[in-house]
Amino acid sequence: MARIVGGLTTSHIPAIGGAIAGKMFEDPYWKPFFDAYPKAREWLDEVRPDVAVVIYNDHGLNFFLDKMPTFAMGAAAEYRNEDEGWGIPTIAPFKGDPRLSWHLIDRLVKDEFDLVTCQEMAVDHGFTVPMQLFWPNYAELDIRTVPLCVNTVQHPVPTPARCFKLGRALGRAIESYPEDLKVVVLGTGGLSHQLDGQRAGFINKEFDLMCMEKIVSDPEALTHYSIHDLVRLAGAQGTELIMWLAMRGALTGTVTKRHGNYHIPISNTGAGLLVLDNAA
Amino acid sequence: MTDRAAEEPIPGTVLFDGEQAMKGYALNKMCYSFNRRENREAFLADEEAYMDAYGLNDRQKEAVRRRVVLDLIAAGGNIYYLAKFAGMFGLSVQDVGAQQTGMTVEAFKEKLVRAGD
Repeated sequence: MARIVGGLTTSHIPAIGGAIAGKMFEDPYWKPFFDAYPKAREWLDEVRPDVAVVIYNDHGLNFFLDKMPTFAMGAAAEYRNEDEGWGIPTIAPFKGDPRLSWHLIDRLVKDEFDLVTCQEMAVDHGFTVPMQLFWPNYAELDIRTVPLCVNTVQHPVPTPARCFKLGRALGRAIESYPEDLKVVVLGTGGLSHQLDGQRAGFINKEFDLMCMEKIVSDPEALTHYSIHDLVRLAGAQGTELIMWLAMRGALTGTVTKRHGNYHIPISNTGAGLLVLDNAA
Repeated sequence: MTDRAAEEPIPGTVLFDGEQAMKGYALNKMCYSFNRRENREAFLADEEAYMDAYGLNDRQKEAVRRRVVLDLIAAGGNIYYLAKFAGMFGLSVQDVGAQQTGMTVEAFKEKLVRAGD
C-alpha cells in the first residue's frame, strides 16, 4: 500500500525562480533563505519518496477567470512549465503519475470533494519553485508528481477548515492506493504578504510564527480562521496558508517536525519552510 | 451584493470577488494574454489597438496608459494578471508596492526588511 512519509511546506515566490536561474545561492540577500534547504534535501535522501503530491495555487498561467475551479487535480503523464509573462525562465517538464491521479480523483469525489480533472495542465511558479528547491535535479530523477491546485485568485476562496478536510480526504485516498509507493505531500505558498492596494508590503511575523508552530502541534486551531481573518492577519495573499493546511490534513500519523526556517523578507513575503515526518 | 459586502472592510485592500471579476473581465483577459511573447509584442507595437481588441472601457484604458496600479485595481484588475502587465515594463512587485504606497522603492524595500525585526 502507498504510505505518506511526510509533508513539506515552502513559500513559492517567483523571485526565487529567478534567483535559482541566476545561481544566487551565496548572495547576501538570498543566502539566509537558500541555506535552509539542504537540510530538507537530506531528509528527502533519507525517506526517498516516489511521488510528490503538490498542493499549490495557480497565478494566472493554467486558469483564467473564464473557468476558475476551486480545486483541480492533474491527471497527466507530464506537466509543462510555460512562460508566465514576466521573465522567469521556463524550466523542464515534470513527470506525472496518471494512474495514481485517477485513483485519488475517484476516492476524493467519493469522499464528496468534487474536483476538476485536468489531462493537460501547465504549472507555474507555485508548483515549480518548490519542486526546484527540494529536487534541484528533478529532471534526472524518477520523482513523479500529482498537482492539486486550489483557487486563491478569486473570492470566494475555500476556507481553512474546508482545505484541512480536503487534506484529510487526500490522506485517506493516498493510503488506499494498492501500490507500494512512498508519497510526500507539499503545501506551498505563504506566509504573510500583500501585493495589492495601499496595504502592499504588509507582513505579520508574529502571526506567521504562530502558524508555523500550530501547523505542527495543533493544526485544527488554524481551521477556525475565516478567509477574511487571513486577509486581515496575513495580507491579501496570506490566504495561501490554506495549502499548508491541506498538506497537514493529509498527515494522519504521528507528526514530528524535522526542520524549519522562517526568513523576512523574500520579495514581499515572510518565507517559511517546514519538514514534517509522518510516522505510522 | 455578495456576503463580503457585509464583512468589515480591510483598509487599503480590495478583495477580488465576483463583483470585481465582472467589472475587470476585459482588463484581466488582456493581461492574461501577456503570458505569450507574441501578445506582449503586439501590445507594445500598438497599445490602443490591442486594448480595443480586448474591449477595455475608458477607465481601464486610461489606467493602462498611465500605468497606475491602484487605478487598474479600481477598474477591476486582479493583481496576478496585472503583474504580467507590470512585468512587461520590468517592474517587480517591490516597484509595484512602492507605487501603490507612494514610497520610493528603497523605502518600500526597507519597510519589508524592518518587518523581520
